[in-house]
Amino acid sequence: MMTRKTLDLWAGVFVALGLGALLFLAMKVGNLASFSAAPTYRVMANFDNIGGLKKRAPVKSAGVVVGRVEDIGFDPETYEAAVTFAIDKRYQFPKDTSAKILTAGLLGEQYVGLSPGGDVAMLKDGDKLKLTQSAVVLENLISQFLFSKAADGGNNKDGK
Amino acid sequence: MTALTDFLESLGARAIGAVHQLGFASHFLLLTLRNSGMCLRRFSLVVREIYSVGVLSLVIIVVSGMFVGMVLGLQGYDTLERYGSSSALGVLVALSLVRELGPVVAGLLFASRAGSAITAEIGLMKATEQLAAMEMMAVDPIARVIAPRFWAGVISMPLLAAMFSAMGVFGGYLVGVRLIGVDEGSFWSQMQAAVDLREDILNGVIKSVVFGVAVSWIAVFQGYDAPPTAEGVSRATTRTVVTSSLSILALDFILTAFMFRGA
Repeated sequence: MMTRKTLDLWAGVFVALGLGALLFLAMKVGNLASFSAAPTYRVMANFDNIGGLKKRAPVKSAGVVVGRVEDIGFDPETYEAAVTFAIDKRYQFPKDTSAKILTAGLLGEQYVGLSPGGDVAMLKDGDKLKLTQSAVVLENLISQFLFSKAADGGNNKDGK
Repeated sequence: MTALTDFLESLGARAIGAVHQLGFASHFLLLTLRNSGMCLRRFSLVVREIYSVGVLSLVIIVVSGMFVGMVLGLQGYDTLERYGSSSALGVLVALSLVRELGPVVAGLLFASRAGSAITAEIGLMKATEQLAAMEMMAVDPIARVIAPRFWAGVISMPLLAAMFSAMGVFGGYLVGVRLIGVDEGSFWSQMQAAVDLREDILNGVIKSVVFGVAVSWIAVFQGYDAPPTAEGVSRATTRTVVTSSLSILALDFILTAFMFRGA
């Protein structure tokens, strides 16, 4: 039988290795470094159609993640989607900033893009964005394309 | 007619037996938890069991994690390459390991490596009347023998699963980046962008804790419940491996259904 001391040593090595593996997963695989618990402020926006936007989707400006989608609801009065963003306090945006729902790549996940305006006053906690642009819905795009094609076909009867 | 009633009777007897055993197992878990105070105060008892349950499982966990990661690297590359997205290899390897394969495969290995050993040890202690002897000396075998093994299993399992996942990611890195030549930067950065600390890693840890409790509970119970014969101990050992493997897979389905419903 091994002495108590070596036993304790091995158990210690084991626990240290396990915690090291957890740390590796958190830092290197899960990127704890970018997991910011920084204070945020809330901004609301209404969209006609949010497409496939999900909670916790990134909010980007100029391609940099500045916040996350915190909540998605339905506004029963305007029949619009009411989206709440949590934006990092370090980043301030003008009051007339506009929000768009964009897609990463052709089939990628959807995110919110913020384009800053020129207003001098900055957005405060609880403010609402006035200018929004909905998600592009592929079906609508295709039907628009088909309708315009059909219209073209009607005009050019000579078969060009 | 009698054949039918006999059949029904044996069916009912089996069902009653199964419910009876489940009740005894739950009562036993409660007793173990209630008698854990002593072994948590004298922590060296648990440390010794962590050595035999955790440290001795280290090699098999590390080696299998490495190989699973390397196979994921090869297979994932083969599939992703068809869609021209081989840079997402890191995401595939890390997510499949952290969410599913790490906890589940480490749990299955833990059940067959450590769970069977616990059952055999306790069963043999019972067969050679060591547990009865302890009771004669006014030492509670549940507090002295069962609880330290149970807690050692519960502590070791999440650590082993984390090591499995970490080694797997490293194995995937070796094959994907070093051997095949996927770009190193996109391997890590895409992985870091896709793996969420709370959604993926924490949920994986929760899974491995649940599996640790399940395997340790089944192992100590089967050992304690084993008929005190050579055949009984061997059957109990087999039952430990079978029951804990099945419960790991079933629990994994339930936990996954709760955790990743795709919010």
